[in-house]
Amino acid sequence: MNPDSRTPAADHPPLVEARGLGHRYTKDRWIFRGVDVEARPGRVLGVLGPNGRGKSTLLRLLAGVARPTEGTVTAHAPVAYVPQSHASPFTYPVTDMVLMGRSRHLKAYATPGRRDRELAEAALHRVGIAHIAHRSYAELSGGEQQMTLIARALAAECRLMVLDEPVSALDLRNQARVLTLLQELAADGLGIVLTTHHPDHALHLADDAVLVLGPDDVRTGPAAALLDAEALGELYGLPVTTAQVTGPRGPRTTVVPDLGPARTGLPRPARSQETPA
Amino acid sequence: MTASAPEAPAPAGRAGEAERRAGRLPGRLRLPLLAVLTLLVALAALALGRYVVPPNEIVRLLAGQFLRVDRTWTGNEETVVLDVRLPRVLLSLLVGGGLALAGAALQGVFRNPLVSPDVIGVASGASFGGVLAMLLGIGSLGVVTGAFGFGLLALAIVMCIGRLGSGSPVLMIVLGGTVTAAFFSALVSFGKYVADPESQLPSIVFWLLGSLATATYAKVVTAAVPVLLGAAVVLALRWRLNILSLGDEDATALGVPPRLTRTVLLCAVALMTAGSVAVAGLVGWVGLVVPHLARLLTGSDHRVQLPAAFLIGGASLTAIDTLSRTLTASEMPLGILTAIIGAPFFVVLLARSRNRMWST
Repeated sequence: MNPDSRTPAADHPPLVEARGLGHRYTKDRWIFRGVDVEARPGRVLGVLGPNGRGKSTLLRLLAGVARPTEGTVTAHAPVAYVPQSHASPFTYPVTDMVLMGRSRHLKAYATPGRRDRELAEAALHRVGIAHIAHRSYAELSGGEQQMTLIARALAAECRLMVLDEPVSALDLRNQARVLTLLQELAADGLGIVLTTHHPDHALHLADDAVLVLGPDDVRTGPAAALLDAEALGELYGLPVTTAQVTGPRGPRTTVVPDLGPARTGLPRPARSQETPA
Repeated sequence: MTASAPEAPAPAGRAGEAERRAGRLPGRLRLPLLAVLTLLVALAALALGRYVVPPNEIVRLLAGQFLRVDRTWTGNEETVVLDVRLPRVLLSLLVGGGLALAGAALQGVFRNPLVSPDVIGVASGASFGGVLAMLLGIGSLGVVTGAFGFGLLALAIVMCIGRLGSGSPVLMIVLGGTVTAAFFSALVSFGKYVADPESQLPSIVFWLLGSLATATYAKVVTAAVPVLLGAAVVLALRWRLNILSLGDEDATALGVPPRLTRTVLLCAVALMTAGSVAVAGLVGWVGLVVPHLARLLTGSDHRVQLPAAFLIGGASLTAIDTLSRTLTASEMPLGILTAIIGAPFFVVLLARSRNRMWST
């Protein structure tokens, strides 16, 4: 965990509590069972697991977008779900996309009013994309689309934001942009839950973690304690080493998967850098 | 969307520029302009025909029904305008507007710009209802009732099919609509096959080709109730339709129940379609082409696009219907003309718009 991590009080009342959560799509196969998770204000919860083990399902249950087969999910505060960015057949300006975040607060026949537009504008400024407000969502880069969806969730006045792989489709610079924004939002007191394929990101960002190892083996706990080389190796089924490296902006822990014999030689170890996994 | 595309610097596009680039009308003027245009088309339609009535006389004549205006028009003019052309123009406004609005709403609901009211099977169901009533010889009220009832029955069947299986509900509804449309088309063919070739078949064929030639005020009321009711529902949900067009997952995340919203919208669309088919027979293409034209002028935002489609639909069907009764000595069926004009026009629209209307 970051040395400067804010570690907000873990005894804040949870925003969302899941108890004994289980889900299955077919009668004979549980994806997971007996999961207890909590999301608290100002804390980042990272959900990790290999493809197809139910990370996204768990996330959707926590966000209230899907219903669990068994167990309960109790939301004590407004929750906003940020799906992975995707192309829509019809395209809207960024302003309208963000404005759509207000829909939960609107009557079925109503259209957004002045207060909704103000909140959408505030969200655009908070995320730092006010300068692209008039551009078409479909023309944006992946990073800008993700920022737009985050602004949309903010406009919904949520206190917990649940994001499905917010950086998986982004290049390194946009990954850093989105992760920094999420850190800032958590520092402002927003609760954050996200799935990720990058253990590095979880180590960088998360206070707590959920490891979905198998149907009956879902581990939860503080990220720093949970995300060790052994657990990550077990999670992804390949040898993993963790290493302390010192980048231009200070020391950090990084996760190095053993991908097999390397095809290219090692670069000169002039300066440590994050190794793209 | 490419994952690793670098963050290109934004070509600083303000709303005005974007609109000009897309050839769109400026913001607040769009709908008033379209409304004025629709009124002008309606006025022209009242004026034109074998017996030309000057537009200023029409305005005085219409105003004279409600206000005290000196009577400068002839009795013939009054009969032609009020009894013959006005119900017909009102009907074409309602049918064209209803079909275009139905198409625009369906394209949003199914997130597919190629959908039209025929796709969900309602038009086929309604046409079978009308044919059945003609076979049974139960009069024009029977035709309207039959068309209406079977249109709604088709929708119910489609919704039931949509609930089958575990696939994407949108895909299931489109497939269900295709199946239902094919089924009712077969029943229509069977109806034609067993119809008396001397007395029944011609009227069935003519009705199926689509026509407003037999317009009466009774038909106007028959069309107005379902079309305006459905239009009110669709227009009220114009913002929700924006959200629904993002997909079920987004809609759920934004607190809009996708299934319920879709069902309400489909029922409204079925009302409008069945009402239109009941009075005018099968009038194709309006429900496909006009929503595209509207989207080209206003953009995808259903808050503007839906009313624009309603106005443009009314105006264009009125214009086409006027052509159908003025081009040739004997009247040309409306459905033929909408297809002949609609198909090439659609190609032009596609070529002009490329990716402007929707993203790929």
